[in-house]
Amino acid sequence: MYEIKEGVAEMYWDKAHECMEREQLRELQSRRLVETVRRVYHNVPYYRQRMQEMGLVPEDINGVEDLHKLPFTTKQDLRDNYPYGTFAVPLSEIVRIHASSGTTGKPTVVGYTRKDIITWSELMARTLVCGGTTKDSVIQIAYGYGLFTGGLGVHYGAERIGASVIPISGGNTKRQIMIMKDFGTTVLACTPSYALHIAETMEEMGIKREELKLQYGIFGAEPWSEGMRREIESKLQISAIDIYGLSEVIGPGVASECQYKCGLHIFEDHFIPEIVDPETGEVLPEGEEGELVITTITKEGLPLIRYRTRDISALNYEPCKCGRTHVRMKKVLGRTDDMIIVRGVNVFPSQIESILMEIGQTEPHYLLVVDRINNLDVLEIWVEVSNKLFSDEVRKLEELNRRITNEIQSALGLSVKVKLVEPKTIERSESKARRVIDRRKL
Amino acid sequence: MTQISVFLENKKGKLAEVTKVLAEHNIDMCAISIADTTNFGILRIIVDNSEKALRVLREAGYTVNTTEVLAVEVPDKPGGLHQVLDILSKGDISVEYLYSFVRRPAERALILFKVDDLKAAKEMLKKENVSVLTADDVNGLGTK
Repeated sequence: MYEIKEGVAEMYWDKAHECMEREQLRELQSRRLVETVRRVYHNVPYYRQRMQEMGLVPEDINGVEDLHKLPFTTKQDLRDNYPYGTFAVPLSEIVRIHASSGTTGKPTVVGYTRKDIITWSELMARTLVCGGTTKDSVIQIAYGYGLFTGGLGVHYGAERIGASVIPISGGNTKRQIMIMKDFGTTVLACTPSYALHIAETMEEMGIKREELKLQYGIFGAEPWSEGMRREIESKLQISAIDIYGLSEVIGPGVASECQYKCGLHIFEDHFIPEIVDPETGEVLPEGEEGELVITTITKEGLPLIRYRTRDISALNYEPCKCGRTHVRMKKVLGRTDDMIIVRGVNVFPSQIESILMEIGQTEPHYLLVVDRINNLDVLEIWVEVSNKLFSDEVRKLEELNRRITNEIQSALGLSVKVKLVEPKTIERSESKARRVIDRRKL
Repeated sequence: MTQISVFLENKKGKLAEVTKVLAEHNIDMCAISIADTTNFGILRIIVDNSEKALRVLREAGYTVNTTEVLAVEVPDKPGGLHQVLDILSKGDISVEYLYSFVRRPAERALILFKVDDLKAAKEMLKKENVSVLTADDVNGLGTK
């Protein structure tokens, strides 16, 4: 459906870095890693303490080959140092703050220096160019703007390229379609499930594909399958590109597919990826599936050493047909924890649990049921009604239902449907309770 | 009068599961009502032995509570219910819900009220010579 013009200049944003010889790249990574380790050791008490516990000094790290000696960093570590404890610069140097949902209550906070914003814009420019965006593109950014990194991340990258940016943010699908048609949008950036929803709504509105100028889709923030890609590409008649990122690392702009769509190139001049065994933490050989771990080597505000992404992937160092030398990660296959992503929002069962604890004053039995209805993710939360919560009056139970719904919605920033169920409806498990049923066919 | 309330999901067969537990334990129901919404229902029953019913239903895994309700006996004829409601309304008592059943051969109707002020409602009705029943009055009367 879509042809790649091989070797054309606009395929790369920063060819010197994107196609750097691997030996040279490794030297650059080593230099930047050594510098990052020295910086976090001196500027972040948390990292210094962790390294001292392991008997490490910055001089022990002389290059990428020493990376495995360093301690891992987890989301919990960031949370323990909430909000700014892991920042490596004074707050006066921070020019932007974003946040993503934490495992309970408090969000995970990330800060960017002026240089970080430039780095991020550069990386997003690479990502967008990978996906087919040029300065002549009209890009409609339907990722959420705000604390979520999606909207503003893509925005800065698109402006850096010089594309015409429509910062529409998420939601209001009919208006999205009207604008897409009237403004002549050529690139759509949103979550893949939202792209499908847009396609479906277009059909309902009777808008023909020919009325749109759409050519490319830049889709990320949630896992999606090849089947879903085929569906989006055939319904919208575009080339759909998968992008990867997480706010702790930088936001979108960590990795992107090229037009060959055979894995996502991780921008290795800024991030060093590893695949580890999620149980033992042991580094796995090339090609094996495991947990993706990322070390940032250019970030100033919130450098991360061996950050456990909890995403399951694999790395492929074979040269890619596109000419980029950067390693390719497999499309994310799943998670090592129980986090689910619903309409681009990270949801941890533990967040729901702490809200229900608060309301019911007792350990709740609950289940998160995620489904995709008309291409929109729907999150249903089943809550067993305990004797304590129960009332003989319908009005009071409906109030309870509303209260749970409201509290969860305001905590997640996501609409949910709460369903009160009988005790023992939710399966009890011997070891770990099953908290999530994901019915989406990803 | 003690009412047993049971939380039920609005699904086929759910009610029969509860009545099976009651039947197996030889519990006699004198009155029954179901309040339902799209997703769930509340079964409300008056039984001959509410303590036993509470225990066996909880043991069977149900969410069960007891509630004190007002039980009133009126003649089964036009105006029977109105007489009681009129008194409660004038006494500023609000009724959350009510249900009733007719007992034969006495031709008297038993009406069960959930009210906001049970004590006041009882006194009001007694003063007007309305027959307010206690658990003992109802025990065993339902079907016998």
